[in-house]
Amino acid sequence: MRRFLLARLAQAGLVALVVGTLCFALMRVLPGDATMRIAAGRYGPDAMTGQAAEKVRLELGLDRPWPAQFLDWLENLVRFDLGHSLVTGAPVIEELKVQLGASLWLAAAALLISLAIGPVAGVLAGLRPNGWADRLGLATSVSLRAVPPFVLGLVLILVFAIWLGWLPPAGFGTTRDLVLPALTLALGLAAVSSRVTRDAVATVAKAPYFAFARHKGLPEAVVVRRHGLRNAAIPVVSYLGLQAIYLVEGVVVVESLFAYPGIGHALVHAIVERDIPMVQGTALAMGLIFVAVTACVDAASAWLDPRLRSAR
Amino acid sequence: MRIAWFLAAALAVLSTAVAAKPLKVVGPWEIAGIDPAQSGYVFSRLQVAETLVTADTSGRLVPALAAAWSVSDDGLVWRFTLRPDAVFHDGTPVTAEAATASLERARAGVGVLTQVPIAGIAGDGRDVVIRLDEPFAALPAYLVNFSAIILAPSSYDDAGKVSRIVGSGPYKVKNLTPPLKLELEASRSWWGGEPGIAEVSYLAVGQGETRALMAESGEADLVFSMLPVSVERLRRNSKLDVQIATIPRTRILKVNAGSPFFDDVKVRQAVSQAIDRAGIAKVILRNPDLAATQLFPPALAGWHVPDLAPLGRDLEAAKRLLAEAGWKPGSDGILERDGRRFSVTLLTYANWPELPPIATALQAQLREVGIEVKVSVGNSSEIPSRHRDGTLEMGLVSRLYSIVPDPIGTLLQDYGPGGSDWGAMGWSNEELPALVGRLVGMSDPGARAPLQRRAVEILQQELPSIPVTWSELAIVASKRVTGVKVDPLEVNYGLAAIRWAE
Repeated sequence: MRRFLLARLAQAGLVALVVGTLCFALMRVLPGDATMRIAAGRYGPDAMTGQAAEKVRLELGLDRPWPAQFLDWLENLVRFDLGHSLVTGAPVIEELKVQLGASLWLAAAALLISLAIGPVAGVLAGLRPNGWADRLGLATSVSLRAVPPFVLGLVLILVFAIWLGWLPPAGFGTTRDLVLPALTLALGLAAVSSRVTRDAVATVAKAPYFAFARHKGLPEAVVVRRHGLRNAAIPVVSYLGLQAIYLVEGVVVVESLFAYPGIGHALVHAIVERDIPMVQGTALAMGLIFVAVTACVDAASAWLDPRLRSAR
Repeated sequence: MRIAWFLAAALAVLSTAVAAKPLKVVGPWEIAGIDPAQSGYVFSRLQVAETLVTADTSGRLVPALAAAWSVSDDGLVWRFTLRPDAVFHDGTPVTAEAATASLERARAGVGVLTQVPIAGIAGDGRDVVIRLDEPFAALPAYLVNFSAIILAPSSYDDAGKVSRIVGSGPYKVKNLTPPLKLELEASRSWWGGEPGIAEVSYLAVGQGETRALMAESGEADLVFSMLPVSVERLRRNSKLDVQIATIPRTRILKVNAGSPFFDDVKVRQAVSQAIDRAGIAKVILRNPDLAATQLFPPALAGWHVPDLAPLGRDLEAAKRLLAEAGWKPGSDGILERDGRRFSVTLLTYANWPELPPIATALQAQLREVGIEVKVSVGNSSEIPSRHRDGTLEMGLVSRLYSIVPDPIGTLLQDYGPGGSDWGAMGWSNEELPALVGRLVGMSDPGARAPLQRRAVEILQQELPSIPVTWSELAIVASKRVTGVKVDPLEVNYGLAAIRWAE
């Protein structure tokens, strides 16, 4: 266990260094004048002028040689200081607290809802492959997956906010605000996780040990609980890990549709506005989340499947 | 007795719950950094912070924190007398020293005050005294700009940066979650009295469609900046009130008059005559009246010249002018001159969602007279950036003429010698800068009128930038509230005057 944790910590350190360096390099390779971009991000197109950009250049010392700027960043990182946003002037860590925090809430809610839908539908479908539950599940899953998230989001807004008037169409801060964006994401996730679960359950259901459990006379519920779920859960857990990462990183469209201040929204703005410390900080946080999630998935898999532990 | 007590208590709780219901405001503007030069407009529009001078909905300058102002006979010393009853949200009085500090900071920063020839700012009793290097009659108009909001000394951290907004308006900041959310409560110490609704919550919603849905669902009481496509639908909704005002913002085609394509005024006029403004205004903006027949819209009294020959479409005249300038159609219909094809890049940006579709409409319309246009949608900063390095050929920009309530501010910036980032490029004219220079020193509207007219005539004749459409601002209010006024200058949304409908 200790070795496992130490290895993961080393991995986290490496990820931090690589991600930070890559961001730094990529942001410099991008075409366009960074100072102009930052000034546009700060002052908006109406007040943004070349003069304003000149002041930004002087204030931020962006004309210093890049190795000096990179070393500064590295030195600050060692002190766990992510610096200040070039656009808003606020500490990056404060911005991350709000935006990453909001994203984690959204991701957790979406994952929970998708767990309540996807794997349950998948188990029902997988136990009777090609039965009506399986066919219905496939049809629903394909249609949900085929609809782009912003369309799905708009449909949900129309139904729940406009027609029924139960939930607000946009906003954040309360549980009510969280439901629609989370549901939009969850339906897309459940569409896939239900099929992954279905295949895993179908494979287990065909396995000799599963047939044996039935033949020896165990009631169906006990067979599923004791021999089915745990075995089928292994691929599903790995898949859910990937989904969790997708949730934190890739939900910009849903965030902007629902005016939700997530990390995706922040990263896109930071890249457009050449806010290098924000890009580095955001990417760093995402990288570390990736490491943490994969560590959790590995630990969960090892707990579910003793063979993984003995192999180590 | 006990029951009566209980009822009274329950009623009290209920009534405070009703009173505490916030006015929900939704707009597209994110709060990116709280420095006044960056997000001052949010705090000014939502009446958290105030400027010395403000403008009413017709653009007339009216007192705000300064009760009165005067200028010395030589036009060099301005004196703004603070109202005696103004208090910051932290309880400290609004003093001339605090105002001076805020203005000095604005002057050293990026806002419009950098364009005023200020020699010094000082406090003198209750007066803020601004000394100028040369007469500048538009100074009070410049002080209306959001970058000149007056903040309490407690707004600044040790390094002199704004760390929180402690203003003097009817609302104070209760909670700020940048970039999207701002919650306000009544300050209880505003010189103008108590606001009608004690709490306000502002949410930035970038997507126009989501803003429309917020209004329709009843989750928002007041929604700013609706997309033209949503306006029709919202008008039919019996629970909503849609108000529209023409704002002093014009979408213009900025052309590089120093390039071999546009250095001839005939070509610029031909481009102007090739544009179907009415079609663009009708289809994209859903209001044919927004076709810009001259630079300034009718609402800008004194700057709109009603009897000026309107800019309009005339394809035959356009082709004739192009031929006179030496451009002849090549084998594929694209014009050529001395072996050079008339093929240019039109740069625009998506901060305003209507700009890219207008750019593609222009592309099709210019193709009809043999001009090939490639549309490039980039970041807004590319316009000033490509202006500076001289590579810009054409840019479609949305230009605001009320950055200070007097358009002279924008003209001074855009059409001065050498042009500017959002104005003329490679265009030289001696008369206009001289006119603008004289206007800046004049305050009598009667004396200014003929000069303003002449300036507009020059711009119409020379077309250093080609006006395409004017703009309007659509505001949707729920019928739950009354007292909503549209401010075409977008200085102040007058939230304090809004009340719950009976």
